Amino acid sequence: MNALYLRRRIVNALAMLLSTLATLVGLTFLAWILWETLRQGIGALDLKLFTRITAYGEDGGLLNSMVGSVIINFIGIGIATPIGVLAGTWLAEYADHTRLGEMIRFLNDILLSAPSIVLGLFVYTIIVLPSTALTHGSTTFSGFAGGVALALIALPVIVRTTDEMLRLVPSTLREAALSLGVPQWKLTLQILIRAARSGIVTGVLLALARISGETAPLLFTAFGNNYTVFNPMDKMSSLPQIIYQYANDPGDAMHALAWAGAFVLTMFVLLLSLASRLLLSRTKVTHD
Amino acid sequence: MEQHSRRDARHERLFRWLLQGCALLVLASLLGAAGATLWGGREAFGTFGWHFLVSSEWDPGNDVYGALVPVYGTLATSFIALLIAVPISFGIALYLSEVAPAWLRTPVAAAIELLAGIPSIIYGMWGLFVFAPFFAEHVKPWLTSNLGNQPDDGKLSWVAEHVPFVGKLFASDYPFGASILVAGIVLAIMVIPFVSSVMREVFQTVPTRLKESAYALGSSTWEVAWGIVLPYTRSAVIGGIFLGLGRALGETMAVTFVLGNAMTLSASLLDPGTSIASTIANQFSEAAGLQKSALMAVAFLLFVVTFIVLLIARLMLRRLASKEGR
Repeated sequence: MNALYLRRRIVNALAMLLSTLATLVGLTFLAWILWETLRQGIGALDLKLFTRITAYGEDGGLLNSMVGSVIINFIGIGIATPIGVLAGTWLAEYADHTRLGEMIRFLNDILLSAPSIVLGLFVYTIIVLPSTALTHGSTTFSGFAGGVALALIALPVIVRTTDEMLRLVPSTLREAALSLGVPQWKLTLQILIRAARSGIVTGVLLALARISGETAPLLFTAFGNNYTVFNPMDKMSSLPQIIYQYANDPGDAMHALAWAGAFVLTMFVLLLSLASRLLLSRTKVTHD
Repeated sequence: MEQHSRRDARHERLFRWLLQGCALLVLASLLGAAGATLWGGREAFGTFGWHFLVSSEWDPGNDVYGALVPVYGTLATSFIALLIAVPISFGIALYLSEVAPAWLRTPVAAAIELLAGIPSIIYGMWGLFVFAPFFAEHVKPWLTSNLGNQPDDGKLSWVAEHVPFVGKLFASDYPFGASILVAGIVLAIMVIPFVSSVMREVFQTVPTRLKESAYALGSSTWEVAWGIVLPYTRSAVIGGIFLGLGRALGETMAVTFVLGNAMTLSASLLDPGTSIASTIANQFSEAAGLQKSALMAVAFLLFVVTFIVLLIARLMLRRLASKEGR
């Protein structure tokens, strides 16, 4: 009896130890990755990073990539936000418990973790190829195509948060409005979406954080460009794309620039998710 | 009055159509992605037929393509990633839900979720410049001499001699770190936050009275975790693991940097390889004709496999959610 008790205690202590170790392993890798990004990134940080373009190569900066990233992300969020909010509203307000609604909610969760590189190929097929054919090759890859690819990645995040946030709105609010004779579309647009506003904004911020680091779909939609461009129909550089390109370059100076870009990108993404988490702390929602 | 309500009804209908149209775009983008890659890959599927799936030859010079090498790389790296990530994620979830003192839980959980927020290209850079060299210098020599069948000093270890296959898995004369194993490890670090956060969430759905009954009967923390919490949440835990698998299969950037990009099939985990996503990322912009079609075709395979894995994941996760409602 005593031996059994001892064995159970040892097994338990061992399990507790291993689970603590597992957590330490996770935290160690987090610290290691962040530390290297900080160390190598800050080491390579200087003013010309923000003032010169990539056409100067080793002596250049990443200005055009940062401008490109802003434009592409803006297009992506600009497309995904209205569509995502309306689709999420439909799921929460019009299609709850219907078969089609359940199916779309389910598929949205799948789209949330679908491989982004395949979504990039999809946008390549529906935008890059037709625009090449229509303009006889003068417009091929474009910042706009990159934005659409990112919109496809942002869409499910926004749909899901909107759906969840609207379902948190108390139904007494709906009943009160309906009993006053407010039509449902007006109720939805002017009362419900307003009530869930901070949650929806959080979803948009999370989506922005998610797409800012996306690289794979941009490689064959926005492609890349050594000069600063503002026309969305031009080929456009972006921060993740230039990091990918420079990290694969054999030169050490290029690696330093890639680390500086990685540092800027990581800081931006982490601050953004921090901001959305602060907004979110008022309401509880899941994001996996 | 009559006119007014008719106008309202018309607005209502329009609004409903608009909303439904937006929601259907979710469906359209999934179908579109599958359709576009299938359509783009039709030439490769048509030319090579079933050989496309089983041939390991990928030769742009002779315009002959087979998907076996990238498919093997994708499956092998994802499998290694899960092998590492599942026990660690379970440990983290257990620590956060049963072991850690209450004041430590929120900050540790937030830190682990921070891992999920880091862009994948940062994992890739860290893997390429920091982890792969570290691995090549400190871990790989130990693996080849203690587990592999081609050790530097020529003396076979006990494991390599007596356990089948292991010797081949860890044999390598390739001097760099980039390999299937390193890609699997980097992928594991990427999926740990996803899997552990799902596990932690579902562990919290276990009714307190169940756990407390077991404690009252004298169970230890581990016995409650293994005998009560895990069986109760089994389907959702498997769902979380499949969710991690779905992520790992489709991941591009973190893998591309550390896989070595070699279009050869090797039994060794320490040799470089390639995956579907990294083959596409490396070759698509410069590809034309049949090669482009072959890349579209492997993308279609990737999409179908990921879709099925994620479908299973969501169905398993949903089973617990319905139990919760009862």
